[in-house]
Amino acid sequence: MDETRPVKIQVRGLSKVFGKQPKKALELRDQGLKRPEILEKTGQTLGLSDISFDVYEGELLVIMGLSGSGKSTLIRCLNRLIDTTEGEIVIDGENIPTLGEKALLECRRRHFSMVFQNFALFPHRTVQQNAEFGLEIRGVEKSERQSIAHNALKQVGLEGWEDAYPNQLSGGMQQRVGLARALANDASVLLMDEAFSALDPLIRKDMQQELLQLQSKMQKTTVFITHDLDEALNIGDRIVLLKDGEVVQIGTPEEILTKPADDYVRRFIEGVDRSRILTAESAMRPVRTTARDSDGPRTALHRMRDHSIDSIYVTDRDRQLLGLLEADAASRAIEAKAETITDHLTQDFRKVPPDEPLQNLFAMFSEKSYPIAVVDEQQRLLGVVVKGAVLDELARAGEQ
Amino acid sequence: MEITRIPLGSWIESGLTWLTSEYSVVTRGISRVTQTGINSLNDGLMWLPEWALLAIIALLCWKLASTRLAIGAVAGLALIWNLGLWNPMIETLTLVVIATLVAVVIALPVGIAAALSERLYRVIMPVLDFMQTMPAFVYLIPAIPFFGIGSVSAIFATVIFSMPPAIRFTTLGIRQVPVELIEASDAYGATRGQKLFKVQLPLSLPTVMAGINQTIMLALSMVVIAAMIGADGLGSEVWRAIQRLRPGDGFEAGIAVVILAMLLDRLTQSLRKSRRS
Repeated sequence: MDETRPVKIQVRGLSKVFGKQPKKALELRDQGLKRPEILEKTGQTLGLSDISFDVYEGELLVIMGLSGSGKSTLIRCLNRLIDTTEGEIVIDGENIPTLGEKALLECRRRHFSMVFQNFALFPHRTVQQNAEFGLEIRGVEKSERQSIAHNALKQVGLEGWEDAYPNQLSGGMQQRVGLARALANDASVLLMDEAFSALDPLIRKDMQQELLQLQSKMQKTTVFITHDLDEALNIGDRIVLLKDGEVVQIGTPEEILTKPADDYVRRFIEGVDRSRILTAESAMRPVRTTARDSDGPRTALHRMRDHSIDSIYVTDRDRQLLGLLEADAASRAIEAKAETITDHLTQDFRKVPPDEPLQNLFAMFSEKSYPIAVVDEQQRLLGVVVKGAVLDELARAGEQ
Repeated sequence: MEITRIPLGSWIESGLTWLTSEYSVVTRGISRVTQTGINSLNDGLMWLPEWALLAIIALLCWKLASTRLAIGAVAGLALIWNLGLWNPMIETLTLVVIATLVAVVIALPVGIAAALSERLYRVIMPVLDFMQTMPAFVYLIPAIPFFGIGSVSAIFATVIFSMPPAIRFTTLGIRQVPVELIEASDAYGATRGQKLFKVQLPLSLPTVMAGINQTIMLALSMVVIAAMIGADGLGSEVWRAIQRLRPGDGFEAGIAVVILAMLLDRLTQSLRKSRRS
């Protein structure tokens, strides 16, 4: 992962004790005691222990764990719905746990929108008024907040429902209102607390897709809580895995799947449909050799012979993929006394983005035997995937 | 061994005497203001011809509640008019309205404060228990030295007796607002005031209205009893019937009280239901 991206929220050494003598509980923790022993000795619950992670600007970070792992506590510490016991949460230079009452209000208004598991819509307000809530609290002028809220409702597909009351809507639609309320607020971070967990599975999948689409458009920094690994793998740019109030692993979905940090994670990921998660990138190999557009046909053919391959990808100076040169075509170019190879390229090959699911690649191999090119958004050649590598990757993942 | 009797009664008496003499300026002031209020409301309602007031009430019932209630109101009020109990009914209504207003004005802020502060809640709840379980007649006795015989004393006793449900229901209503909604308003950076007026109060309104309904009912029962210390109205009709041993008159006045009670109850309940839940 690109570690140089700007950090939006920095969490360092965050702990939370539920009880009246938190110091004592933390002392025991420092002596190496775990949650159950601390509970037995002091009657206090160690909700979170020494949590550190970063949330990068614009990423969708999933905090995942089973019930009791502390994930709900953690997200509530971020905007201080729950006070922390020790540690730092820094957002844009402000340390949230030490803010005064006024500064905290200001910080919540500027930085945080929140979407709740059971929607938490205001039953006495219309859909429109619900969407306006955050803006109303901030004192945004009426006509302005109405139009912003209207746009937010449009974004989540609720145009025409402005005057309905929440109890007239289905669960999925209610959560769209919750999402619109958060989007309208235009805070810099979106907190989603098990936002889709109360929805039935089909609606849930839809909402995940829509969130991803919104996310690709808006690039809003998002912290998403879930207990569902599939959901985490599906939507997360990165995942923070919690267990008993401690971080077990932080990584991309692929890292979690392919390099589980310990047995706990390994057990956790059993039963995940791997082929859906593994992507072209994980099976990709670096290209052993390519031809340049300025190369003559002889040079290109020579390279193919050297690497005993019968086709070669051709790129320009910026590694932008121009086409594929087959050995036959190269021979014909030599006969035709061509100076360069650019006129003899074929476009009859497959290229995919790095995040293309592996299972889609299977179908492509049945059509052509060329390695599949993996290109980024600028059409630069990142690597190739050969048939055997896909099978290898799947088999390896299956064994774990 | 003989245990000395604790002179609880005489302590309370001397306390009351002290209060009466020390604060006579205050009590007299309250008395004057309240009496003026009672008189003007009475005069206003009586200035209207019977049929006009009847029409207004019927219209109110029809608008706020149902046609059925409007018809019932017309029939009931016409009966009271026919029995010659119109003016006592107005006097009773006045006492109920003023006592309820005073009770609600005190009860709402107290109820809100008790809902928001755990400490205040713990102090106020036993006080409310005391106010509600103390036999209602007892309030009549200190009322007299404070405000003299008559309607002002009746209002004083009635306010004390009828206020607890309004406080309790207000507190309950606010405490019943789901934690999630409180979290939601906190998460969006609402101040305490914004939370109270935009979320907690609107959501507790149905419960608060139920409390006010209870207060009105208690106030009605108390102003009738307050006839014993000289309050005017239907109560004094009943009181007179008892003294003269005329059960017929007593029942007539009693039925008028029942009609008034039902009317007030249905009307306030419909107010509560007409709000969206």
